[in-house]
Amino acid sequence: MLRFVATRFGIVIPTFIGVTLVAFSLIRLVPGDPIELWVGERGIDPERHAELLRQFGFDRPLWQQYLGFLGDLLQGDLGKSIVTQQPVLSEFLTLFPATIELSLAAMIFAVAVGLPAGIIAGVRRGSAFDHTVMAVSLTGYSMPIFWWGLLLIILFSGTLGWTPVSGRISVLYFFEPVTGFMLIDSLLSGEPGAFKSAVRHLILPAIVLGTIPLAVIARQTRSAMLEVLGEDYIRTAHAKGLSPLRIIGLHALRNALIPVVTIIGLQTGLLLAGAILTETIFAWPGIGNWLVNSISRRDYPSVQGGVLLVASVVITVNLMVDLAYGLINPRIRRGAGS
Amino acid sequence: MTEASQIPARAAPPHPLREFWEYFSENKGAVVGLAVIVLIALLALSADLVAPHPPNEQYRDALLRPPFWQDGGSLLYPLGTDAVGRDMLSRIIHGARYSLMIGAIVVTLSLAAGVWLGLIAAFFRGSIESVIMRAMDVMLALPSLLLAIVVVAILGPSLVNAMLAIAIVYLPHFVRLTRASAISELSRDYVTASRVAGAGLLRLMLITVLPNCMAPLVVQGTLAFSSAILDAAALGFLGLGAQPPTPEWGTLLAEAREFVLRAWWVVTFPGLAILITVLAFNLMGDGLRDALDPKLKR
Repeated sequence: MLRFVATRFGIVIPTFIGVTLVAFSLIRLVPGDPIELWVGERGIDPERHAELLRQFGFDRPLWQQYLGFLGDLLQGDLGKSIVTQQPVLSEFLTLFPATIELSLAAMIFAVAVGLPAGIIAGVRRGSAFDHTVMAVSLTGYSMPIFWWGLLLIILFSGTLGWTPVSGRISVLYFFEPVTGFMLIDSLLSGEPGAFKSAVRHLILPAIVLGTIPLAVIARQTRSAMLEVLGEDYIRTAHAKGLSPLRIIGLHALRNALIPVVTIIGLQTGLLLAGAILTETIFAWPGIGNWLVNSISRRDYPSVQGGVLLVASVVITVNLMVDLAYGLINPRIRRGAGS
Repeated sequence: MTEASQIPARAAPPHPLREFWEYFSENKGAVVGLAVIVLIALLALSADLVAPHPPNEQYRDALLRPPFWQDGGSLLYPLGTDAVGRDMLSRIIHGARYSLMIGAIVVTLSLAAGVWLGLIAAFFRGSIESVIMRAMDVMLALPSLLLAIVVVAILGPSLVNAMLAIAIVYLPHFVRLTRASAISELSRDYVTASRVAGAGLLRLMLITVLPNCMAPLVVQGTLAFSSAILDAAALGFLGLGAQPPTPEWGTLLAEAREFVLRAWWVVTFPGLAILITVLAFNLMGDGLRDALDPKLKR
């Protein structure tokens, strides 16, 4: 197991260094030097310009700048936003819970619908239900989710008036964030109706963000079920006269779920990419929205820090999925270790 | 292949294309997908003839007209008009040109560069391979849309830069596929034979090995085509892709956003066009995979 963990880390570390290189180059690849970007169109006199370049270390050789960047990084210093003058890391940490809350809700929706749909479709192969699930999941997979979000707004917010159009909670409620998770904070606040308002705000974005993972999970579950149901031990279980429910629920499902769990874990990157679009549509104050705004404001330190942090989250989650997979499945562990 | 055709045919084997079509046409969805793609391509090619109005012509007396079947709509503007009186149907038909062009250019760029990098990695193992493959790992660690956004942020928002960004983002998939299949082909006897016969490096790469790696690349290319359309539309929607008044479908949606609760048609139809096109390519990609996968044959 130790060797397995070591190999996995051996792959992750160069990847992480590569990501820091990408983030480091980002600001330097933009036409014009960083100082010119910061002062924008106001302009700056050449002497002051040279002084600032020296002050921020932009006149040093690139490799020294990179080492300095890595050093700051290790101390948790990701620079300051040009717009708000706040440290990038603290801005990220303030907004990240909103994205986690949205992503978790989306994932719960995707698993709660996709898993049973995939299982039933696999068991009832060739039935009308199977065909429907496959058609719906292919459509979901091809869905431009920014459009899907707008359609749901037209239907549920416009025509039916059931859900609000944007934000995390109604402006009627205000309380200090404790955990950053609106569902928990609204409960803690004790204000009547606050929790209900938070839930109503969360439903549409979660459905929109969960749609593609839902399609992927349903398809993968179905094909994993089909594969397992063709195994000899399932036939043996049938021959023993076990009830179909027991065979599917106990014998087949447990084995079918192993690859599905991995797929669910690997959706993190997809979720964060989807969050960029979903948060933009619903004005959800998370990191996706923040990144898009930072780009349009040309706030490059925020973009740089944000990219680095998002990539770190994806790398970490993928590593954890990998390790968890090795933990459940000894065959993987031995295969990768040797 | 050429050697085989020189042997006089006994029970003539089916032509490879014919055999391919037999497998492909077994998948009904794939055939439907292909038909839809052909239709969209025809519409795009003849957009100037088919579209009832010029795409950027503003009819000031017909702002936000609903589609013809609703009250206030007319057959003059079958799918209604947008906020400055442009005909939605004409804009969507012209938008097909952009989407197909985006898909074609992105896949061509990404495939060409990816195949080269993949072949180089497979032929020169060792440090060159490590550098290429680690770089691809880094690119895969970033969510694709985020990476595309970053590239656009560096280059500046425009349709050309968006296509370039998406082509860069898709590179790792093509590199990995090419490398994996080229490595497995390199151990085959026919490659050794060709090498012994004195074939040069380029000949080995492009004429001996590459044609035998094409099947997975074709499938991946089709799927990348649909993702490219989707991602370019997403960038357009975020204001980072094609700029108004270009009738690109994602850009149409971005312009329509503020009218979402007042004029459902300006939002619904461009998105429907994206969905149908992407779905058609995904259906065809599935069919291609079944038809080209040797493991599934027979």
